[in-house]
Parts: sequence; C-alpha cells; structure tokens
Amino acid sequence: MGNDKIPVARPLSPHLQIYRMSMTFIMSGFHRATGFALYFGMLIPAVWLLAVASGADWYAFVNSWIATFPVRFVLFGYSWGLIHHMLGGIRHLIWDTGRGLDLASIEIFARATLIGSVSLTLAVWLAAFALGGLQL
Amino acid sequence: MKFRTPLGKVRGLGAAHDGTGDFWIQRITSIASIPLTIFLIGSCLYLIGVDYNTARDYISSVFVAPVLILVIVVFIWHMYIGMKEILVDYVHSPTLKYTSLILNILYTTFLALISVYAILKLSFGG
Repeated sequence: MGNDKIPVARPLSPHLQIYRMSMTFIMSGFHRATGFALYFGMLIPAVWLLAVASGADWYAFVNSWIATFPVRFVLFGYSWGLIHHMLGGIRHLIWDTGRGLDLASIEIFARATLIGSVSLTLAVWLAAFALGGLQL
Repeated sequence: MKFRTPLGKVRGLGAAHDGTGDFWIQRITSIASIPLTIFLIGSCLYLIGVDYNTARDYISSVFVAPVLILVIVVFIWHMYIGMKEILVDYVHSPTLKYTSLILNILYTTFLALISVYAILKLSFGG
C-alpha cells in the first residue's frame, strides 16, 4: 500500500486512429454523425411549423427562403441524413435480434446502407421535381 | 477515514432497474421512427409549392396533426437520448459535460414544445 501515489503507465485501450479504415468502420461513424446532424436539423421542421402557425406572411417568407440554393442544399443533406440514419437504424434493429452479425453480412449491410440511402434520397428529390412541382 | 469499498456501499441495495432504460427507449423510438420518417417525407412531397390555406388545412387535419405530433415527440426523444450518449462518450471535463447535458435537455424540450404548440395552434387556434 506504500506506493499508492506513484503514477503507473498503464496501457491504454486502442482508439479510432489505430484501426485500418473499413466500410463497417465508416458506416458506424456515419450513423453517429448523421444522428448528430439531424439533432440540429430538427430546427428546420420546427421553424417551418412555426411559420405556418404565424400566418400567411410568415409562410410566404419562410418558403421563399427555403427556395434559395443554400437552404435547398442543406435540405438535400438533411433528407440524405434522415434516410441514411433510418437505414442504419434498421441495420441495428436486425443486429439486435442476433442476426446478420457474421463478417460477410456486416460487409453487405454497410454497403447496402450507403447505396440505399443515396439512391432513396435521389429518388425522393426526383419525385419532388416530377410529382411535387419542385422547380429549379 | 472511510474503509468501505464502493462495492460494500451498494451491496444489498439491489439493482437500480433502469440500467437499460435508455437502450430500450432508443429501440422503441427507432422502430416508431421508420413509418414516421416515411410519413414525414411523403408530407414534404405533398406540401411542396402548395398555398398557405392548403398547408394549414393539411397540418390541422385530424389524421395528420396527431401523427405530426408523434413525429416531433418520437424524433426528439430519440435525439435527446442519442445526444446524451455522444456527450457522455466524448466530453470528459465535468464542467463541460454537465453544461452540455443540461443544454441537451433544454434544447430538446424547447424544440418539442414549440413544434407541438405550432401544430396545436393550427388545429385549435381558429
């Protein structure tokens, strides 16, 4: 008990920078990063709902602002983040049942999440132009 | 001088019974979020370019307003737990950690309240 105060150089557990990049590693990071971004992205529906609740003038003002290129770009990112986080979440829910945890499946899941989120986002925006009357 | 170990102090008190509480709610809200996300994207597609009265009627409709409130509550509850998880993982300084944990509670509560208030105002505000 005499050397309690002597600091011991204990080994540290390996952290992010020590691992080789892999698809599963990147998709794990993407899931957390999209979740983090969506946390602030939730301000967009809140502001839009408040605008509608505040009357026709505010509605017109916020809609004209949404139609600008930078905001549209943010909305595109928001929609991709939402869809990506949803697909990543479905992957996690499948894992929770104990299925799909083998190496071959997790590689397929990682790729499917990214390919799925990009294609679904593009499909939604194409639909917005085709059906929803979104104009450039 | 205290000679009791941390284990000795808690032994016999039993489990807290909420050790997996956040984990469980995060799963429930994520399952609920799947149909709600599809509903939200569908609503956005419908609402593009519509005039004020159409948007108002849509949000305040008896079939849409409750589901929109569900979107807000479920998403923000999920966000609150997710951000708490990130903060306790990465923020180590006690001052910063507790400041950010408190801000997380205030931000998510305020965001949920103003969003739900807007929907209710459109539904009942005349």
